[in-house]
Amino acid sequence: MSEFKLSCEAAREVEEICEKFHNDPGELISILHETQSKLGYLPEPVQRIIAGKLGIAPQKVYGVVTFYSFFTMTPKGRIPISVCLGTACYVRGADKLLEEFKRVLNIDVGETTPDGKFSLDCLRCVGACGLAPVATVGDKVYGRLNPSDIKKIVAEYAD
Amino acid sequence: MKIRSADALESIRREALKALSVREEANSSVLESASGLDKGTPHMEILCCGGTGCKASESSKIVDNFNQALAAHGIADKVKVIVPGCFGFCEKGPIVKIVPDNTFYTSVRPEDVEEIVVSHIIGGERVERLLYTDPGSGKRISDSKHMNFYRKQMRIALRNCGFIDPENILDYIARDGYKALADSLQRDSLEVLADIKASGLRGRGGAGFPTGVKWEIARKFNAPHKYVVCNADEGDPGAFMDRSIMEGDPNSVIEAMMICGYCINANHGLIYIRAEYPLAVHRLQVAIAQAREYGLLGENILGTGFSFDIEIRYGAGAFVCGEETALIHSMEGKRGEPTLKPPFPAEAGYFGNPTNVNNVETLANVPVILTKGPAWFSSIGTEKSKGTKVFALAGKINNVGLIEVPMGTTLREIIYDVGGGVKNGKKFKAVQTGGPSGGCLTEKHLDIPIDYESLAAAGSMMGSGGMIVMDEDDCMVSVAKFFLEFTVGESCGKCTPCRIGNKRMLEILERITDGRGTMEDIDKLENLAKVIKDTALCGLGQTSPNPVLSTLANFREEYEEHVKDHVCRAHKCKALLTYAIDPVLCKGCSACARGCPAEAITGEVRKPFSINPDKCIRCGMCISRCKFGAIKVY
Repeated sequence: MSEFKLSCEAAREVEEICEKFHNDPGELISILHETQSKLGYLPEPVQRIIAGKLGIAPQKVYGVVTFYSFFTMTPKGRIPISVCLGTACYVRGADKLLEEFKRVLNIDVGETTPDGKFSLDCLRCVGACGLAPVATVGDKVYGRLNPSDIKKIVAEYAD
Repeated sequence: MKIRSADALESIRREALKALSVREEANSSVLESASGLDKGTPHMEILCCGGTGCKASESSKIVDNFNQALAAHGIADKVKVIVPGCFGFCEKGPIVKIVPDNTFYTSVRPEDVEEIVVSHIIGGERVERLLYTDPGSGKRISDSKHMNFYRKQMRIALRNCGFIDPENILDYIARDGYKALADSLQRDSLEVLADIKASGLRGRGGAGFPTGVKWEIARKFNAPHKYVVCNADEGDPGAFMDRSIMEGDPNSVIEAMMICGYCINANHGLIYIRAEYPLAVHRLQVAIAQAREYGLLGENILGTGFSFDIEIRYGAGAFVCGEETALIHSMEGKRGEPTLKPPFPAEAGYFGNPTNVNNVETLANVPVILTKGPAWFSSIGTEKSKGTKVFALAGKINNVGLIEVPMGTTLREIIYDVGGGVKNGKKFKAVQTGGPSGGCLTEKHLDIPIDYESLAAAGSMMGSGGMIVMDEDDCMVSVAKFFLEFTVGESCGKCTPCRIGNKRMLEILERITDGRGTMEDIDKLENLAKVIKDTALCGLGQTSPNPVLSTLANFREEYEEHVKDHVCRAHKCKALLTYAIDPVLCKGCSACARGCPAEAITGEVRKPFSINPDKCIRCGMCISRCKFGAIKVY
């Protein structure tokens, strides 16, 4: 974490978000949501700024960030990929999709490719169970997938 | 424009009904032949499903294309495009419905739009190829009322989904929306509460606690600030009932929260919703803003002196937050850990204030109970479970989708009539209800009428309504492992039985699926499961062993096969499988070898290939590539 340098501009942005919510500790989760959507992730220095503004201990903020799976302390790839592991997708072979994504991207779940382009995660149900198994790439949902489709999908995002 | 009285609401309703007349008339009649502008139909409407599932299949593009095509043909003034919530038939999405003739087009692609406009909207001829084909008779069916999928359904909670424009409050008002609120505010709140009690409505979020009783308890605690919370943290993987209601009919939830507020003397409403549901969040925001604009939320509602307002709070991906004490902590900006009850939230909830928590589907039933009367509602269903239940039907079933059936419908009717049977003609093996807290039911349970009690007696539970069908290719030990992986990942870590006990159970299941299990492990698993059930702190922990216990009760022989014979009959447990090529069937085309990610397959072209078991990662790629069925799995 130590190599992360927070620009003054970003720090100011985080402070403004806290102020927007009246520095209310009861709004911590809303503040974290908005901060993550601005910065992409919630590294330690950001958590410290929030703790300072809300007048609570940094470990309280850390406790909340690590409790909820939506929050992340590591940056995601520019194109985040998520494979749905909800029950409906699971029984229709989502585990095989995940294996194939891992193989094609050569990264594990929770990791980002060295060029920072793709990151791979699992999620639980996007509610498109009629299209199971599904994966989301960026904002796009791909449904009724076969492991043999994966290479083609990744290739769609070639620079 | 603020609505200041019940009479003003009624006149707005009459006005709004005119805009809905094409759809309302279509709803009550069945037109055999298609309508079209050239055949003299004055106005037509195109309903394009705007649920999450259909949106994922480019339904937004379909809407754009329709608008462009209507403009290009100069008929935009006669034909309206409406984006309602989910129709339920997600398997065949995106759905496009044409009124007044109720033509139900399935699996529509953006490029089909021009043909629908030219041939149907203008010419009055249905586009046959886009109609639903009944798998039994092979006949094309144009009207959803004649489809088996809809025939046994009864839509109460979903009454407006797929019908009204969820982003237009007038559509909701036209369908008697906010009428229950207006009527209630003119009555004594105790009378309203008595109606809810008399209806027999029970919580649809899982445990089935009587809603009226819950409200009565919350009413007893006096405090300056009291809260009505809508639990929209639908975390069960494979369940999307609440999401569809919020996307398709957000005002019903808002109205019900206000009625609840009136009954329990609360003036604050909070909706706790998953951040993973952006569309539902958006629709709720729109609905809240419109309700405020019309004076249906805020101060002095309908001139009665009653005030109520609603805020949205976001979850952040924690299953345990569906438990009401955990949910309240999460709304307070804390880790979503549950606490021991009592005190119940009714006494000390949100920041210590009396709080009543109800689930989305429960609330969606409330307005219609009051407009149609508790006696009407309690006439539907079984002795102890009244009304209907929405299920998200998914898995290995032909008609995946969102269904609503009266309580007391059997699993067989749901799976074979509504659901159209098991996919690809495979053999039915189990149906899982209640998500990670529920259990797997088998063939022998298919004829029990579904209600809270009967499902619990069979070793599962109603849960929030996820219903996943499994076939002969599903390994029940792996399914139990899948749910336990979920629970272990979602355990908040507060109590020992759930944090450590579930982890140990998962390890045992991993040993069994890896072929390293012993018979003693199976007994240990069963004991541990019972202890966790009895000792865990909250609902998540207490119900987490259910998938294990129910599969042990119904599929014990599969566990024993894994242990004794090292066999997984569903061919799911990789460690127990051997892949080999049948030299007689193999034509030596090399397709398998080229597709093998582990380079485990070698051979000479036109001669039988072979698999090196040490390199084989058992991914199954070769099976999907072989055209001759030469790859065998033992």
